[in-house]
Amino acid sequence: MSGTHAHTAAFVRTSEIPPSLPPQNEGGVGRWMRENLFSGPINSILTLIALFFVIRLLIFVVPWIYSGVWTADSLSGCRAVLEGARGACFSVLTDRWHQLLFGSAYPHDATFLSFMTGVPVEDLRFTSGVRENTNFFQEFFFGYWRPVLAFILLFVAIAPILYQDLPRKMMIFTGLYPFVAFWFVWGGSIWLPITLLIGLGLAYMLYSNLAKQSFFMGVLAFLGVVIILFLNPITMVFGLLDFLRDLIAAMGWERGDNSMMLADRFQGAASIFPLNAHVVEFLSSIIPIELQSVASRDIGGFMLNMILGTVCVSLSLPLGIALALGRQSNLPVIKWVCVVFIEFIRGVPLITLLFVANVVLAYFLPPGTNFDLILRVIIMITLFAAAYIAEVIRGGLAALPRGQYEAADSLGLDYAQSMRLIILPQALKISIPGIVNVAVGLFKDTTLVSIISMYDLIGLIRGPVLASTDWNGVYWELFSFAALLFFVICYGISQYSQWLERKLQTGHR
Amino acid sequence: MTTTTDPQPASFRLSMLLNDTRYRSYTFQFIALIVLILFMSSLGMNLVTNLAEQGVPFSFDYLGSPAGYDINQRPIDYNNQDTHLRASIVGVMNTLIVAVLGCVTATFLGVIAGVLRLSNNWLIAKLMAVYVEAFRNVPVLIWILVIFFIMTAALPSPSAFRGDDPASSMLFNSIAFTNRGVYIPWVQFENGFDSILVVPPVFADTYSISFLGLFNINMSLWLVIITLLCGIYMAVKVAGFIQQNYGRAFALLPGFVRLAVYLAVALGPAIIVYAILLSANGAESERSLRFSLSINFVVMLVVFLLSLYVSRLIRDWAIAKQQITGDLPATWHMRIAVIILPTALTLFWLGAYLDYPALRGFNFSGGLTIRGSLIALWLALAVYTGAFIAENVRAGIQAISQGQTEAAGSLGLRPNRIMNLVVLPQALRVIIPPLISQYLNLTKNSSLAIAVGYMDVTGTLGGITLNQTGKAIESVLLLMIFYLTISLSISLFMNIYNNSVKLKER
Amino acid sequence: MKKSILLGTLTAAGLVAGAATAGTLDDVKARGTLNCGVVTGLAGFGAPDTNGEWQGFDVSLCRAVAAAIFGDPTAVTFVPTTGKTRFTALASGEIDMLARNTTWTFSRDVDLKFEFVGVNYYDGQGFMVPKALGVSSAKELDGATVCIQTGTTTELNLADFFRANNISYEPVPIETNAEAQQQYLAGACDVYTTDASGLAATRATFEAPGDHVLLPEIISKEPLGPLVRHGDAEWGDVVRWTLNALITAEELGVTSANVADLSAGTENPEVNRLLGTEGNLGEMIGLEPDWAKKAIMAGGNYGEVFEKNIGENTPIGLARGLNAQWTEGGLIYSPPFR
Repeated sequence: MSGTHAHTAAFVRTSEIPPSLPPQNEGGVGRWMRENLFSGPINSILTLIALFFVIRLLIFVVPWIYSGVWTADSLSGCRAVLEGARGACFSVLTDRWHQLLFGSAYPHDATFLSFMTGVPVEDLRFTSGVRENTNFFQEFFFGYWRPVLAFILLFVAIAPILYQDLPRKMMIFTGLYPFVAFWFVWGGSIWLPITLLIGLGLAYMLYSNLAKQSFFMGVLAFLGVVIILFLNPITMVFGLLDFLRDLIAAMGWERGDNSMMLADRFQGAASIFPLNAHVVEFLSSIIPIELQSVASRDIGGFMLNMILGTVCVSLSLPLGIALALGRQSNLPVIKWVCVVFIEFIRGVPLITLLFVANVVLAYFLPPGTNFDLILRVIIMITLFAAAYIAEVIRGGLAALPRGQYEAADSLGLDYAQSMRLIILPQALKISIPGIVNVAVGLFKDTTLVSIISMYDLIGLIRGPVLASTDWNGVYWELFSFAALLFFVICYGISQYSQWLERKLQTGHR
Repeated sequence: MTTTTDPQPASFRLSMLLNDTRYRSYTFQFIALIVLILFMSSLGMNLVTNLAEQGVPFSFDYLGSPAGYDINQRPIDYNNQDTHLRASIVGVMNTLIVAVLGCVTATFLGVIAGVLRLSNNWLIAKLMAVYVEAFRNVPVLIWILVIFFIMTAALPSPSAFRGDDPASSMLFNSIAFTNRGVYIPWVQFENGFDSILVVPPVFADTYSISFLGLFNINMSLWLVIITLLCGIYMAVKVAGFIQQNYGRAFALLPGFVRLAVYLAVALGPAIIVYAILLSANGAESERSLRFSLSINFVVMLVVFLLSLYVSRLIRDWAIAKQQITGDLPATWHMRIAVIILPTALTLFWLGAYLDYPALRGFNFSGGLTIRGSLIALWLALAVYTGAFIAENVRAGIQAISQGQTEAAGSLGLRPNRIMNLVVLPQALRVIIPPLISQYLNLTKNSSLAIAVGYMDVTGTLGGITLNQTGKAIESVLLLMIFYLTISLSISLFMNIYNNSVKLKER
Repeated sequence: MKKSILLGTLTAAGLVAGAATAGTLDDVKARGTLNCGVVTGLAGFGAPDTNGEWQGFDVSLCRAVAAAIFGDPTAVTFVPTTGKTRFTALASGEIDMLARNTTWTFSRDVDLKFEFVGVNYYDGQGFMVPKALGVSSAKELDGATVCIQTGTTTELNLADFFRANNISYEPVPIETNAEAQQQYLAGACDVYTTDASGLAATRATFEAPGDHVLLPEIISKEPLGPLVRHGDAEWGDVVRWTLNALITAEELGVTSANVADLSAGTENPEVNRLLGTEGNLGEMIGLEPDWAKKAIMAGGNYGEVFEKNIGENTPIGLARGLNAQWTEGGLIYSPPFR
């Protein structure tokens, strides 16, 4: 039958027709524009208005950037070059970039710079951000190799956290990174971070051995090792006794005549602690490996924002987890302490907490103690971030099905085990996008430290740079630069967060 | 005969405190409590020692001394001879003003940007994406400063309006945009009532208890505050009780009567205690708390509310009629007339006229001034927070299942109506919780006001007052209490609202 | 003491400093550097330059004190402070002295428990207006919008002045000098008021300085000086007499150039006492005999410091005026070294 059919048909096409081009106005740019820009009267009007404003803005901004002056040595120099024309004065960036990035007085490693560039140290005369016979890249990578290297290594350290596919062995470097970065940025003897690392390693080994029998014994042992190695147990005990005595005295009981503090009396015995300090001293005297030590006052600029951001986020994670678990706990005392703490911190602006760090905290510390401002600020920002992270993690914990908790219980796991092995890994995974959002917000909020007289990027711009007679009046260039730096970092992180959200999204719509 | 009995409960041993799960939790809590108390008391002891060492007592007396500085934006009457307390109150009101304006504007911007970001107009969607990303990823402090700079640089100064051939002119001859602020016409009353100056009395004699010789706790004040809190708690309970038992009957009462019942329960006890304390202690007028009550405003408000109520009655009548007859009588003209006519008549009776701003001397005067610092902060906070709200709105809309849109489409609804009638109402439930935290963030970010010279509470109490008196602990403490109160109230109110719109699952 | 609980490793890392058990001078000597509170950035008075070196009039005083104690003008840790944080920083012992153009007032001295050890700059609050405004006296400013730098005594003076003259004004408080200047130049305020020295310094950086005038009224007395905590008189003496040594040095013609020669011994007994070749003033104050010599060598005498940082040959361009030596009609006057 088919054969007859084949014979009767006049024409049978054996090959497919090549698709023909769409009609002229149904393809190409025209169609795209009609569908995406001018699909209706309202859309067309919106498009035209938007185009108008975009073009106006570009006409205003582009020539300003294009005719910018990069090489003058002061604002009046820029004005002289521009001769009344509109143009940016980017020279402030070439003159002060090292301060904006690393702080007003971060030491510059001239030895390394001259080693790498072959220019003798005495010829590296300082005129501004770039010396007479070097260029920007040499200055940046060799002159400031310490913070730059710490910054680059940061990405290596956080890579295994961000990308689960990377080999798990890389986590070892993540663990080492804080010590490495501390040494690079603050300098000093290499033995300090090394002994710290070894001490913490010892404490952890002890903990992991004991934790098999009892989690809390493990924690106690860990704390004990830390106290003996790094802190001062004798003064802690006697200080506590003295304090209790003071407390009783303050409550009405008369104190005896022994005005001498116990802690003072045992000052001699106490001076063998902290053990760590003596070890560092000893090792440094044998094998002195050290970088030029940097006072934390001299750390500033964008580096300070980065340090505050990374340190506070990483410190606030464990604290936030603890607070979130505490808030979920069925022990009323713990629960209410956590609730009050979280709600209090979330209820006040960060700036008031920074005021506390700067002007009030001194009153709450023992007389004569003086924390470094950067440390006080780190403590306050960490507490602040922890409260927000705790809320994010609480959301994650609440999102877990009840069955997971019950399953953990039915396996006979105790609280610590069930949290560590079953609940937290899942809850944290859910919470990662939220945590990243908190981290971005926190990183942006580190600019508030400028209000309490710290020289972060904004503090430097509003303080020394704009106050100098050379650059008094250069606002747009400096603030655009600051905005650009923050944008690059924050946009990067938020893009990562969105990628992760898409990856973790298992639901379907 | 022997009976099986439960094993005797083991007698209590000390080791059970650590090993027995029944007691272990108490042990931990006890230890935690002790550590907490020790920690807190060590902070307290240090504070006492440090303050004693410096010879600076902890006291709020400085709030009663003259502030000595001027504030430009004064919602209530203030001059530099008023007290620090009054300056702080002015600051508090300024904070509230910018927070409310900012929240409203941010919601507006955020919803528009969030919806437009999903628009099928490529350019608009991209522009909105740029807006959202640019604002979300740059610190708010930078944005506040930049917007402030842009405002002062882009708008003309008042001197540009001067002369025969001015460089700038007023919009419609009535609104002036300058870099000092925006001047708009404002209503004044020709033969209105005079305002009444209200000076609230306070206790002349206070029972105060000294704590460690440093803190003076004013017992009378605390008594009033505690009664107030108890009253609010009672009002919440009463509301629940009424809802349960007489819900139907109570709902028949007009709204303001219901509100008055709650307010009476909430505030009544505190007012009674306050009055008793006043008569027992002797009253003393407190100038710092004075405020002037504009009778014109009260009259307008009462007339307006009453006409709103009447308009609602008309609507109820119309609906009742519809239930009976099936026809909805057209009442819109009556309702509009009921609202507009009495208000207009009252305005006429009070002799209302518009006061136009005009250039006199160095500045514009007359009308209403919205200062540049307020606009800059308001705009910066609104635009910044709006970017976050836009993201929440977008997420909320995308969280609504595609099927809902398709179902609405198959019913023949047009895209606009699908958005308004189907998607947004459902998305609102997803949007509101993050919206609350954005409002909180905006309020907290308003503490950066000093960067643009807006005198909010951080600028007055936490700024100049702190500088001039050196009372750091007291000022920062008050500041924290203020923000905490605001935050907790916002979350309380928004939670109540959230509960009321929550999907009622059965 | 209890502080050591917190010490330990953190001290080794340089993040925590224990202090303030003995006198401040002993603490400073033990620490090896002087913690000096300065302004976060004010042209001519204190700001880090491109190299991160602190420069300025107030900064020089810190360096002189450090030189008097250690013989090393670089042994100073500069702690930038704002108007809000400066007093707490000093009270809590975070800084040993504050040299941050702070006005000596009764309440700061008595109520806030600080000790002003002298005056290193006599200032007063002035007004700057654009020439085009046609104003020649501050009393014509009725209704004007005034930019003020907040966080100083300026706000109070301004309120007092306008109140006393019964005229009104609109204050625009601004946080930093740079922002106030931007507001003023854009016309967002008619007048800019701050210390007259600051006005002159600000005007010097304008594109067209000639378009702006300083009004003749100086509405307040602003004796700016270094201050220390109450109750440590020995330390107060060190700062006070270092300042006086710089002033006396100018009066006696001792400069950083000739101090080395003069310290070999001169005919003038006061110069000898000052430079430690005669008498035992150094021992009395608890420092080396040649402490004053080192202080002068650090940055020169008072006149040299003035000329180098804010004098007429600098962009700031301030005349000596009230800050001339008393012998030349100014107010700068040091008690005798005897």
